[in-house]
Amino acid sequence: MPIQLTVAVLLILSAIGYWIGRQRAMSVSGGRVASLHSVPNYYGSFVAVWAGIPALLLVLFFLMLKGPVIEMLVLGAMSPDAVLSWAKASISPNDFQALSTAGIAGADALAETQRNLMMINIRNLATGQERFVNPAVVDALLPAAQHMQHLEATSRWSLFAICMAIAAGALFITHRKITPQFRARNNVERVVTWGLIVCSVIAILTTVGIVLSLLFESMRFFARVSPVEFLFGLQWSPQTAIRADQVGASGAFGAIPLFTGTLLIATVAMAVALPLGLLSAIYLSEYAPRRVRDTVKPVLEILAGIPTVVYGFFAILTVAPFVRDMGVALGLPVSSNSALAAGIVMGIMIVPFVSSLSDDVINAVPQSLRDGSYGLGATRSETIRQVILPAALPGIVGAFLLAVSRAIGETMIVVMAAGMAANLTFNPLDAVTTVTVQIAALLTGDQEFESAKTLSAFALGFVLFFATLALNVVALRVVQKYREKYD
Amino acid sequence: MTDIVANPIAANTGFHRTEAAEKRLRRRYAAEQRFKIYGIIAITLAIGMLVLLLFTILRNGVTAFQQTAIQLEVTLDPAVIDPKGTGNPADWDRAAFQDLVHDALYKEFPDVSRGDRRELRRMISPVAGVFLGNQVLKDPSMLGQTVSVWLPASDPINQIVKGRIDRELPEANRPVSDQQLAWLDQLRERGDSKTIFNSTFFTASDSNYPELAGLWGSVVGSIFTLAVTLVLALPIGVAAAVYLEEFAPKNKFTDLIEVNINNLAAVPSIVFGLLGLAVFLNFFGMPRSAPLVGGMVIALMSLPTIIIASRAALKAVPPSIREAALGMGASKLQTVWHHVLPLAMPGILTGTIIAMAQALGETAPLLMIGMNAFVTAPPTGLLSSSSVLPVQIYIWADAPERGFVELTSAAIMILLIFLITMNGIAIYLRKKFERRW
Repeated sequence: MPIQLTVAVLLILSAIGYWIGRQRAMSVSGGRVASLHSVPNYYGSFVAVWAGIPALLLVLFFLMLKGPVIEMLVLGAMSPDAVLSWAKASISPNDFQALSTAGIAGADALAETQRNLMMINIRNLATGQERFVNPAVVDALLPAAQHMQHLEATSRWSLFAICMAIAAGALFITHRKITPQFRARNNVERVVTWGLIVCSVIAILTTVGIVLSLLFESMRFFARVSPVEFLFGLQWSPQTAIRADQVGASGAFGAIPLFTGTLLIATVAMAVALPLGLLSAIYLSEYAPRRVRDTVKPVLEILAGIPTVVYGFFAILTVAPFVRDMGVALGLPVSSNSALAAGIVMGIMIVPFVSSLSDDVINAVPQSLRDGSYGLGATRSETIRQVILPAALPGIVGAFLLAVSRAIGETMIVVMAAGMAANLTFNPLDAVTTVTVQIAALLTGDQEFESAKTLSAFALGFVLFFATLALNVVALRVVQKYREKYD
Repeated sequence: MTDIVANPIAANTGFHRTEAAEKRLRRRYAAEQRFKIYGIIAITLAIGMLVLLLFTILRNGVTAFQQTAIQLEVTLDPAVIDPKGTGNPADWDRAAFQDLVHDALYKEFPDVSRGDRRELRRMISPVAGVFLGNQVLKDPSMLGQTVSVWLPASDPINQIVKGRIDRELPEANRPVSDQQLAWLDQLRERGDSKTIFNSTFFTASDSNYPELAGLWGSVVGSIFTLAVTLVLALPIGVAAAVYLEEFAPKNKFTDLIEVNINNLAAVPSIVFGLLGLAVFLNFFGMPRSAPLVGGMVIALMSLPTIIIASRAALKAVPPSIREAALGMGASKLQTVWHHVLPLAMPGILTGTIIAMAQALGETAPLLMIGMNAFVTAPPTGLLSSSSVLPVQIYIWADAPERGFVELTSAAIMILLIFLITMNGIAIYLRKKFERRW
């Protein structure tokens, strides 16, 4: 019994419930609809809601828990012989030696990664994808695979039966409840309000999900690598050795080169974005005639709407070669993926962000300050530099911090245009790598689960998340304080 | 200046008319002009960069819509194509088509020695046989005949014809030999080489060969992903906005939700990718590279945007509407559902379209959940492996073949056209339904 069918049947039952509820309300009113507490449609919705939602929630719950529970049951029922004969063909001889001499009682004896590997084999067998399974282990795993198939089928049928029972029971009870005095509208509205609350809580759940998943995976990373080495180490080369005696692949997880690289590129970006953004905001709000302002502003906004992958391509196609040629012309050694090129393009991307935020804060400066300054004979630029900018400074600082947080979290431009090697340098003509580049590099392509290399990406993500969060919180505070001052 | 001096008041305040004061004033006015010019320079630089970007993309991408083709007389020998003789296309030897193409090429240049044939073969695309095979499949009556067909030239030849590789370069510095150039010129003299419209670009999916690579698979992938995003983010976002704006009591809990939403809007997109990887893939065991997971991750990212836009739209509906509905005996929910929400809908839709346009360009989180897989066919469902437009651009930007530079630019053009259309619709909606109360 596929789950889609269960859901479809539930939806149909719910629709039938609507019709039944409405009919019932009409008949109990004895033809005088006005004697009902609520409009007939609400009685219909009342039945439909209770017939549909509890059973659908059960389906959702089932989908979330089914996988792990079935795995647990299958593993628990496996015989030690089957586990051993799988292990003989699948894990290294040394591990197998240790396993068989210890004398095992079942699948629990395997390490987590080994157990997961065996589970993948069982699952492939159970879903008929035998071609992915090593033929040597098929015989040993077949009983477990059949057990899994059996559990899958049983669970789906029992889900269907339970859902039908719940829906039918709800139909029956709600149907009986309908009388002219019954407050169907209030009941339905309470359910809808709860639905609204659940939807707004999803935002919190997302944050909790981010924090928990980053925290959890980072803890596993820090169980392998000490936090002190991660935060203060000067060398980053996440290639861990596959064999213990391998040369040059010890795996170093000192993230300082990544932090300096990120800051270097962000500094270049801000050196481009801050003057361009601030000056264009000042020109647009203080000098430009209305017509110019109305055309230039949307054009600048286009810069903000261009996807970052396009900027990345622009950086490697045009800006990086240009920077390199300039360097050659000046006799400077410039790397072909220099921090300068990536930073300039990132700065261009942030210009509209800085300019629209600055525009807001400049416009929030009260006109009386300007008038006062003009009255004393100051020119426009003197007014701007000596009155408006100091007054707007907290807001501009806030905008600056928000832009920095943008620059730090930006991924695609640096993935495409910045380097991969973690150089500890402050020279913008060299290639540096950033936190986001490393996260992307570590988690795309083939991943080894459970390795420090893969987990280190989550630790980097953790640092990134909290750095940007802190910047944002501080920036919003500053901006808010500033707004209150002039409101 | 002279008539100002003649002004009795100015003349009396002689302090401001000294030589030094005049100089000071000139300096101040010059500073004023300079400051104004700085602003103009800043704007010109920013807009200039935008123009440069668009120009670069356009110049590089326009040629991708053309493909150099070579006309060959191919003899479609059934004994070679269908060695089993069953007549069933499933039994055809697909690799044989490429050999037939090569044979036709040798016939076109009969006086080429055996040793030079390798170089001659490099004139035609290594996947020309695929194109030929598809043509024969469409029209099996061609089998056994000698037909003249247009087949794509190899990538270096294609780049030379379009002028993207300079043929005046020394031979060692270009991927095409002098001999090949001579053959190309012969072909063009005979009218056996021309550029044709590159329809493959719009109908095929990813490929290792630029001649065979197209955008269709990733466009379908993007549509699937955006559909999931829209179905999840729009109802949840609007519901959350309605609750926060119309129902929520002012307390710590709702404050927490609000702070949360504002902070989520500023979380780097790659962190959402990490969330998707850790929760959807590793914890719930959902498939990698699937539009369903991509859509879910992007829905979480777009939620804050949609909620903020929807709240602004709800706030813009004047309280008098609510009061009138409540006064007529409507319940709070009826008021919102029947009156406030319909009036706020244009604003909500505008915000949603803008959020969708952002979602369409999003790349980094999708890399985390494996949507950069090499997929050569459009996805067939929400769970099948797929790529999306911006990720396809990222993959092609990394490819070493020269032909992918123009394909990347052309793909960017298509992406930008989608974005401009979506934003245009949003602006149109806003203009059309904008209402001042």
